[in-house]
Amino acid sequence: MSKKIGHVVSVNGNMVNVEFDTAVTKNEVAYILVDDTRLKGEVIRINGNIASLQVYEMTTGVAVGDEVEFSGELLSVELGPGLLSQVYDGLQNPLPELADKCGFFLQRGVYLDAIPDRDWHFTPVVKKGDKVSAGDTLGTVPEGVFTHHIMVPFDVSGQWTVDSVVAEGDYNVRSEIAVISDESGEKKSLSMVFEWPVKKAIKCYEERLMPDEPMVTKIRIIDTFLPVAKGGTYCTPGPFGAGKTVLQHLTSRNADVDIVIIAACGERAGEVVEVLKEFPELVDPKTGRSLMERTIIICNTSSMPVAAREASVYTAVTLAEYYRNMGLDVLLLADSTSRWAQAMREMSGRLEEIPGEEAFPAYLESRIAEFYERAGKVRLKDGSIASVTIGGTVSPAGGNFEEPVTQATVKVVGAFHGLSRERSDARKYPAIDPLDSWSKYRGIIDADKVRKAYSILVRGNEVNQMMKVVGEEGTSVDDYIIYQKGELIDAAYLQQNSFDPVDYAAPPERQKDMFDVLYDILMSSFALETKSDVRVFFNEVRQAFLDWNGIAADSSAYEEGKKKLVEIYKAKVRS
Amino acid sequence: MQKIYTKIESIVGNVITVRATGVKNSDLAEVTTKTGKSYANVIKLDRDLVSLQVFSGTQGISTGDSVRFLGYPLRVSYSDALMGRVFDGAGRPRDNGPELNDNMIDIAGPSVNPAKRIVPKRMIRTGIPMIDMFNTLVESQKLPIFSVSGEPYNELLARIALQAEVDLIVLGGMGLKYDDYLYFRNTLEKGGAMSRTIMFVHTASDPTVECTLVPDLALAVAERFALDGKRVLCLLTDMTNYCDAQKEMAITMDQVPSNRGYPGDLYSTLAARYEKAVDFEGAGSLTILGVTTMPGDDVTHPVPDNTGYITEGQYYLRNGHIEPFGSLSRLKQQVNADTRADHRALMDAMIKLYAAYKDTIEKKSMGFMMSDWDEKLLKYGQLFESELMDLSVNISLEDALDLGWKILSQCFEKNETGLKSELIEQYWPGE
Repeated sequence: MSKKIGHVVSVNGNMVNVEFDTAVTKNEVAYILVDDTRLKGEVIRINGNIASLQVYEMTTGVAVGDEVEFSGELLSVELGPGLLSQVYDGLQNPLPELADKCGFFLQRGVYLDAIPDRDWHFTPVVKKGDKVSAGDTLGTVPEGVFTHHIMVPFDVSGQWTVDSVVAEGDYNVRSEIAVISDESGEKKSLSMVFEWPVKKAIKCYEERLMPDEPMVTKIRIIDTFLPVAKGGTYCTPGPFGAGKTVLQHLTSRNADVDIVIIAACGERAGEVVEVLKEFPELVDPKTGRSLMERTIIICNTSSMPVAAREASVYTAVTLAEYYRNMGLDVLLLADSTSRWAQAMREMSGRLEEIPGEEAFPAYLESRIAEFYERAGKVRLKDGSIASVTIGGTVSPAGGNFEEPVTQATVKVVGAFHGLSRERSDARKYPAIDPLDSWSKYRGIIDADKVRKAYSILVRGNEVNQMMKVVGEEGTSVDDYIIYQKGELIDAAYLQQNSFDPVDYAAPPERQKDMFDVLYDILMSSFALETKSDVRVFFNEVRQAFLDWNGIAADSSAYEEGKKKLVEIYKAKVRS
Repeated sequence: MQKIYTKIESIVGNVITVRATGVKNSDLAEVTTKTGKSYANVIKLDRDLVSLQVFSGTQGISTGDSVRFLGYPLRVSYSDALMGRVFDGAGRPRDNGPELNDNMIDIAGPSVNPAKRIVPKRMIRTGIPMIDMFNTLVESQKLPIFSVSGEPYNELLARIALQAEVDLIVLGGMGLKYDDYLYFRNTLEKGGAMSRTIMFVHTASDPTVECTLVPDLALAVAERFALDGKRVLCLLTDMTNYCDAQKEMAITMDQVPSNRGYPGDLYSTLAARYEKAVDFEGAGSLTILGVTTMPGDDVTHPVPDNTGYITEGQYYLRNGHIEPFGSLSRLKQQVNADTRADHRALMDAMIKLYAAYKDTIEKKSMGFMMSDWDEKLLKYGQLFESELMDLSVNISLEDALDLGWKILSQCFEKNETGLKSELIEQYWPGE
């Protein structure tokens, strides 16, 4: 087959128009040949014999007449064993290997194999003559603590028969492990690696299920009040400095899932570096291995080419879906989806499309919805349950949640964790605003009790607002107690010290234990006569609660701390 | 073969178009007019129609003027001969010195591979207590100074240029008033710091296009020095002028504006510049300190807002001093544990007491009675402001910490400070 060739006719930033004379597919990958480098791009519009490319690299030096090679392939990622603990850019280029090759800087036009070239110990589960279809497991290899399923490529349609499969043993990741054929006699040779276009959701499962099982993050305000479900979606909008990234890092460390994929999309490089240096040192409490072994980082930071930023979230979610299809629970954290939306906006502007609000393209909402819809809890063909959970941060301009990206996101997610500048300024972390935020999922604590605690939080806030007008003098003791109860929920339960070696992660049992005590305090009526009595009493309770928060659950002091707290408040309960 | 084109098709804003072939994107060209020569660079190609932005502006350009393509993008000379020199936004000498044409390097080069970055670990001492002690500047950090017109931000930058313990200062001035430029030059010359300084200055009366080139020139040079092992501090003032120049260029090019007229790629444009800040393993480092004036003192304005999402903290310069509240160096935790045992604790305690002082001031202004404790706070606040916050204070970090203890001991009893007893025993000034 001869290569399809075109020629550059115009250049505008990272959009390049190419004249062609054969058939061109929308969203296929093309390479512009500049001097001796090949710049990767994607066909995003075709009009007559002109294809518009969004180029994933800087277009300095591109000239009219330069040759363009169409690949015929959609933008794809490589799937196979060895993805875990890798650090990729938005196009699945492994960054450490790139650094070995090119040094300090990201040289354009250098594309390396995403899957490391090495041997894996393959154990077949099918035999000659078995019938297989897309997504079926041919065999397994051990990847760290996981059993990595080697599957029939997802784009294979219909029933196929296994002609041959290799015996158990060590094989190179790209060598042939099986041959399958269909009824018409067409043969396919399969290795452990295959490709999948990133913008297409992987649908090789039996059915989608309701996300009804909580995904524990060990962050109290989330697990108790604003839960996230396995297979659910949530977003975290907040102004700069409110702690979005810290919150995501905490989640990526503590979340009760098998695999975490971090998509650092258009944010600071320094933050990724912290993860890169920190994670190999941290231990995953679930497996006892390094956290990095369950992590993939897709890193397209703010100074890297904008178009690749657009691709990076799709790359990340495709990897997530791939591991989901092995029966694993995967969490995808995207930081920040606003930068991804901005990348779409830049391209839309170059295409001279009619702009929507704040110059974002009209298809912003449908793209965001499409992306979050790739999350979900599913039942696979072999009956196992698996999930992809997506959490995205949003960086609204000026911290104003009315802007298009936040609004489009809120519509499609199942939980909304809005960070507030007021809370972060007051050093109340995590700075999730408990009154503005919401969740549609079930948490780890009895929903009825949570609702009652929440209503006290709301009423306490109302009393606080009222007190600002009428002063403390004008507030009744009963109202003042409600106010203090609300403050106690906030200070002792919602706030959590992420730098404290114990408090930074509260496992479910501990949360339940703590919540029971808190709930009992909230529901009790106290024999307190004056407001200053109330203040003194609640200061004492809060102090005892905070002390208890800092005690490790496996130490003997834990029960003592609890006992001390209970004694303090029981002493004043009205009999 | 360098062909000369003598028919300019259109002249709009600072952009001209000519019909030419074989031209590459971002290439440099020379436009010769009756009044002289100017550089221009290619910003758009559409078949044989080439759009160029003319550095010196299009005023006085005739459709019959000649355009010659040079076949390479904008470059800047890199050598030790740059030290002590002043250039304009197109890289031409502004100081009557010779033009430098050897060892030309590309500007706006590729970004650093995140896998090659390291966690920053060295502080930059500036001799300014509000920075060194309370919000330490760290090598490879990018920090803006958020301020408003009229505040002494250029004076602050000049002080930092004089006092900062780095090998090299690269100053990028954008839309500077001529007086400010002279102020920088004179101050650095008088302070003896000119020999370790390179300046790229665009003044308010210079053509707009040159304003958009200043950060790229300054950062390209700074990056090369950092690669050669130098610890470089790049000072950029004022980034809001830079963004306004970008806005002007975008509107001329018929780009759809996104927010208050600024182009949709403002975030990426700023990030590509600020992210040049880096610590090269085994070589030097590049630290960026920029000034962002907030129009109308509004931090939600697109320029400070986008900047805040990119940078690692910010300094607020208000009422002539760096505000202890709101100012934040996100990287200070990386270094202030290793300076002196009392650094972190003393920093926190002093800020808490200063916050209490602010509350007392508010109470006082509402006419409440002042208690003994309030009087102590008032005394403390005044000492804190005059001895530590004043911008003219120039002392080492250790002296600043000692001074902090002295101020505390002058105002409070030991147990009123909220500091740990062991620290108090070690550092409380002798009685």
